[in-house]
Amino acid sequence: MSETSLAISKISDLANPTRFLALAQRIIPWMAAATAICLIIGLYLSFSTKGDYQQGETVRIMYLHVPSAWLSMMCYTVMSISAIGTLVWRHPLADVSAKAAAPLGAAFTLLALVTGSLWGKPMWGTWWVWDARLTSVFILFLMYLGLVALNRAIDDPSRAARVTAVLILVGFVNIPIIKFSVDWWNTLHQPASVVRLAGPAIDPEFLRPLFVMAIGFTLLFFTLHIMAMRNEIWRRRVAAQRRLAARMASRED
Amino acid sequence: MAHAFYVYSSYGFAAFVTIAVTLWIWVDGRARQKELAALQASGIRRRSARPKDSE
Repeated sequence: MSETSLAISKISDLANPTRFLALAQRIIPWMAAATAICLIIGLYLSFSTKGDYQQGETVRIMYLHVPSAWLSMMCYTVMSISAIGTLVWRHPLADVSAKAAAPLGAAFTLLALVTGSLWGKPMWGTWWVWDARLTSVFILFLMYLGLVALNRAIDDPSRAARVTAVLILVGFVNIPIIKFSVDWWNTLHQPASVVRLAGPAIDPEFLRPLFVMAIGFTLLFFTLHIMAMRNEIWRRRVAAQRRLAARMASRED
Repeated sequence: MAHAFYVYSSYGFAAFVTIAVTLWIWVDGRARQKELAALQASGIRRRSARPKDSE
């Protein structure tokens, strides 16, 4: 067997929920430990570094706000890849992945909105403005809530998966709008200062805690995502076994 | 610390949301495991988990 077909075979092996559960069982403790270590180091760096000469101590809010905002977009990207997996390959875990990620995306988007608001009040003098960046992120938050509600509103799981996947892919248009909103429109929100062609515009003193916190948040997301996927597989097994029990009971009657 | 209210509120809210989401997922997992265990104890098993006829 060639190396490519071996790699494809390994990926398709993971389509088996039982194999996925076994893998999750092995990696969740390691991922949780790595998350805790990263977040502890990140929090230590966040509070031990100096304040900014302009923003003072409020710059520390950046170490939470920026990773939350990155994750709010990354989570939606993960859901979009899962949606393609559902619609194109009918991968059995793609739907599970999208369903498990939606509440996590909502949580990280809420964190980005609230910490941004708490940063905006002392810096801009206002909690909220309807500018392009803030409005597009608020729409993302509403989209996450809508996707969670839609998936739960449809009884048939395969139909719910297909309808949700289509809506996820339609909603993906909001991700580049969020990313480039600060370049396309004149907004109160500052332009990109980390991920940009000319390199980061932030001093390394502030970049270090930011990157450690970003890695910690990313690990937290993937740990919780795998745990939530495992819960969803268990939930589906419970539902299947209950149906089986009901069929057996009706046959006995 | 200047603007301490805004900084500590941000970290407090982030801690609250992170802990709440982690606990919710953990409690949900425990509940599903208990349900599965109860179903298996009552003899309801998935086809793939049932012993084969030859066994």
